[in-house]
Amino acid sequence: MKKLFALLLAACLVVGMTACSSNAAKEEDINAKSEGVMTFDEYWNTAVDAPVTVETYVQAKESWWQDAAVVYTEDGNGAYFLYNLPCTQEEYDKLTPGTKIRVKGYKAEYSGMVEISPESFEIISGPSYVASPMDVTNIFITENELAKHMGQLVTVKGLVVEPANDAGDAFMYNWDGSGQEGSDVYFNLSLNGQVYSFNVRSYLCGPETEVYKAAQALQVGQTIDVECYLYWYNGPQPRVINITVK
Amino acid sequence: MMKKITAVFLALLMVLMMSGCHGSLGIPEFSIPESFDTSRNYELTFWAKNDTNKAQTDIYYQAIEDFQKAYPNIKVNMRLYTDYGRIYNDVITNISTNTTPNICITYPDHIATYMTGSGTVVSLDQLMDDPKYGLGGSELQFEGPTRQEIIPQFLSECAIGGVTYALPYMRSTEALYINKDFVEKLGYTVPDVVTWDWIWEVSEAAMAQDADGTFTLNGQKVMIPFIYKSTDNMMIQYLKQMNAGYSTEDGQIEIFNDVTREFLREIRQHAETRSFSTFKISSYPANFLNAGQCLFAVDSTAGATWMGSHAPLIDIAPENLVEFETVVRPVPQADPANPQMISQGPSICIFNKADNQEVLASWLFAQYLLSNKVQIAYSETEGYVPVTSKAQSSAEYQDYLSRSGEDGNAHYDIKIQASQLLLNNVEHTFTTPVFNGSTSLRDAAGHLIENVVLSVRRGQTVDENYLDQLYQDTTSLYRLDQVSQQAGSSGTETDLGPLPSAAVTLIVVLVCAWVMIGVVYLAGFLKKKKAAK
Repeated sequence: MKKLFALLLAACLVVGMTACSSNAAKEEDINAKSEGVMTFDEYWNTAVDAPVTVETYVQAKESWWQDAAVVYTEDGNGAYFLYNLPCTQEEYDKLTPGTKIRVKGYKAEYSGMVEISPESFEIISGPSYVASPMDVTNIFITENELAKHMGQLVTVKGLVVEPANDAGDAFMYNWDGSGQEGSDVYFNLSLNGQVYSFNVRSYLCGPETEVYKAAQALQVGQTIDVECYLYWYNGPQPRVINITVK
Repeated sequence: MMKKITAVFLALLMVLMMSGCHGSLGIPEFSIPESFDTSRNYELTFWAKNDTNKAQTDIYYQAIEDFQKAYPNIKVNMRLYTDYGRIYNDVITNISTNTTPNICITYPDHIATYMTGSGTVVSLDQLMDDPKYGLGGSELQFEGPTRQEIIPQFLSECAIGGVTYALPYMRSTEALYINKDFVEKLGYTVPDVVTWDWIWEVSEAAMAQDADGTFTLNGQKVMIPFIYKSTDNMMIQYLKQMNAGYSTEDGQIEIFNDVTREFLREIRQHAETRSFSTFKISSYPANFLNAGQCLFAVDSTAGATWMGSHAPLIDIAPENLVEFETVVRPVPQADPANPQMISQGPSICIFNKADNQEVLASWLFAQYLLSNKVQIAYSETEGYVPVTSKAQSSAEYQDYLSRSGEDGNAHYDIKIQASQLLLNNVEHTFTTPVFNGSTSLRDAAGHLIENVVLSVRRGQTVDENYLDQLYQDTTSLYRLDQVSQQAGSSGTETDLGPLPSAAVTLIVVLVCAWVMIGVVYLAGFLKKKKAAK
């Protein structure tokens, strides 16, 4: 019986190790590129309007409208923001987080946001990859350094909620308060005394989500950590997907 | 036996009743009630569009509050949009589930598509003329305009096939906002009416750079002399100015012509030098204008509060703002002696409901939006113009216009100049034909320009073969061949009005006869069956 037990344990160990090595292999594969596909650095250094081909992983979807989608993607080295990815509703539904896709299009820049204007894409076989948020707290005030993380899932810690308007409200619907529940929620957060505008984008996280409700519950003076996609509009304008009140 | 006959009879009756409903949604056609039932409560849904402008949303809220004071039994719930396209999309989605709003801000182009569901949108001619509840009606609880007081041209823009399906709410046109200092620095003088030739020439002159790539005009690394916000309007207005085809009134597509091609060739040249770009490609014209990176920004007059060094609304960092004098002109013209500019702006439509009283309540609210208080307040938020002569000629509005430049906000001079531009040129405005598919054609017009500019920037060859292919792809993408076929076969659906009473009587008699035949046949069949058993 003991021999049998030992054998079983050994078998378990082998299976476990095999699984581990398989995971390791998968991790190594995340940034493997097919022939003719750019690395993140090559993409980043390519001129605006130049053709690009990238292999990347879906992280989040913002919207689908008139056969075009807005999708946040990353590989292990950086983010590729896809604006107006041509796709049907059926194709859009298949773009679940972690899905590997090959995208062909052109590099573009809109109000400072570096992005891809895609012409086509295909879902390709390969490992799945969902990125962990990168902590950019220490570089948040350094715009040049931060810029390379555009579109990436990041975390910023120790932010203080500042008034969003002259009335002293902690948040506003739309950037000027012209919206209503269901609109984007805008709020100001400071880091080391510098105030930045953050928002919960309703297309990305609607009013039913935890983060939307958390934004509505913000109070001036609170210290919070946020997870966000680092959107850019003439400077950082992060789109928050998670709020933790300290 | 009797039960079976009853069941069959009831089923037939149901079919009869359903066929009596006129329209795909089973909603009876609206008829004006004898009187508005104030003993009941009504809850209306209003889908409103604003320009992401808190002043505008505040005016909507105030209008609702004031209206509800006049009609305490009506509650209006507003849903705010900042994009006509989104409203259009949501309405289309909700037509199929019969959950359209009661009142909706819209474009006439969009209404043409809403009307593919027969009876979906309420025709307004009878309502407008109703002596009790029509425009200026005796039973209204507020002072609204009469039909004669709505600017006729604006009202006519809301007619499809001769039937009025909307009320104009606000009107605007496009304006050319110019950095006068830069133009003069280049040795030019801004004319009263800018021509296309002139704007292309000055734009090219502004592209001179130092050896290190710095633009000599602004000392910056960025310069896009000419940026157009709505390229669909750019194409539409150019074709109109050149008296070239766009579409016929009944929806035959004419846009793919030689004038369009020649215009695209011109645009290609300036895309090559990068002296021209668009909002979709480069972002908001106002941001470049205000940063001293653009000489000519074309945008709606309803975007005037964003234009200029001292604009009340600014979307760039203060340190990037550049001081300059802004002047407002009509959009570039082909023939300065005969200027042509688009008339645009929100209109209001009402959706049909099973309850005539609810529709009447919707009409009352829609009409309230044309009252002076709402018209004047809303038009002052941007370079809009009130749609009624009653509001335009009011002492309050005239006072507003006369105080141009008195302050940098309510009386911001660029905003009031933009309004004046339209007020002075109403006779030079036009709209494009409205038909089911006109929205697609408008999108296609912009698509042609955007694609040429993008392709040039991407280093692709934009030659005659490219333009041939672009025409083909655009036709296919926007299904314009199908639009033309529809127009050729049936034309725009026209409301022929209610059936004459003699026709109604005949139909009822025929239906009853068929029901009786059916009942007799069924009874005989069941009798035979019973006998066989």
